[in-house]
Amino acid sequence: MARMKFICDAERCIECNGCVTACKAEHDVPWGVNRRRVVTLNDGLPGERSVSVACMHCSDAPCMAVCPVDCFYRTDEGVVLHDKDVCIGCGYCSYACPFGAPQFPSNGTFGLRGKMDKCTFCAGGPEANGSEAEFEKYGRNRLAEGKLPACAEMCSTKALLGGDGDVVADIFRNRVLVRGKGSEVWGWGTAYGRPSTGGSPQTKPEGKKS
Amino acid sequence: MMRATTWLLCCAALALAACGEKTAGAAKKSDVPAFQGSTGASAFTAGAWKAGDQTSWDHELRARAQQQNEYARIGAQ
Repeated sequence: MARMKFICDAERCIECNGCVTACKAEHDVPWGVNRRRVVTLNDGLPGERSVSVACMHCSDAPCMAVCPVDCFYRTDEGVVLHDKDVCIGCGYCSYACPFGAPQFPSNGTFGLRGKMDKCTFCAGGPEANGSEAEFEKYGRNRLAEGKLPACAEMCSTKALLGGDGDVVADIFRNRVLVRGKGSEVWGWGTAYGRPSTGGSPQTKPEGKKS
Repeated sequence: MMRATTWLLCCAALALAACGEKTAGAAKKSDVPAFQGSTGASAFTAGAWKAGDQTSWDHELRARAQQQNEYARIGAQ
C-alpha cells in the first residue's frame, strides 16, 4: 500500500513559485488562500535556501488530534483530508500544524473565517471522485485520474517530489549520493538508510555532477 | 409514598432526557478510494490502469513517480 508523501530538495528549489501557481490554477484556489507556498531562508545572503511547503500529510497528524468536530480522516494512501461540511472553521488545526498548512478564507466582517482549506495531495474530498461538488469544495482529484499532485509534476527542477514515500525517498537518496553531500546530516540514517547500506558519499564515482 | 415515587420518576426522566439527544452538526461522510477512478473526468484519466483495480493503479502511480527521477529518465546513475 502506497504512503503518499512530499519531499522538497532545498538544493534544487529555485523559488520560481511554479508549484504555488500550479496548485492555485489546478484547484481554482480563491484569492488569499495558499495551499502551497515557498519559504526562503537567508534571503539574499550566501547559503540562501528555499523550500516548498504545504500539508505534509503527517502519519500522526496534530490537526486530526485537535479538531473538536473530528472532520479529518486519512485515506488508505495516507493522505490527510477533511470534510468541509463538518468543519466549523474554529482554527485549532492551524495552531496545531507545524507547517502552517490549514488556510482560512476570510469572507466576512470582524475577521470571520470560512471553512478550513488545505492541500489535498490532489485527492479531493469525501464527495464522489471527480464530481462537480468535489471540485467546488476541494479542487481536482488527480489521484483518481491516476496522476500525482500538480505541484510536484509541474516542478521545473524536480526539487519537489511527490508520490509513494518509498519511491520519492529512493529518488532523493540517489540524488544525495550522486551529489556527494547531504547524507552526513543528523537523522539521515534514520530517514534514508545508513551510508554503509546506501553507499557512502566518499565512494561516489569521480566526475559526476549533481 | 406514592407521590414521592412519582416525583422521583419524573426527576429521573427529566435528568435522562438529554441522553437521547443527537449530536449537533453534520456527520462525516465516507470517501471512495482513489483507485476506484473518477466519475466526471474520464477524458483526463491518465495511463492504462483500470478503474477499480488497485494493483494497476499502484503500478501507474509508481511509474509516474519515476518520471520525477531524471537519473532513470536519461538512463544514467
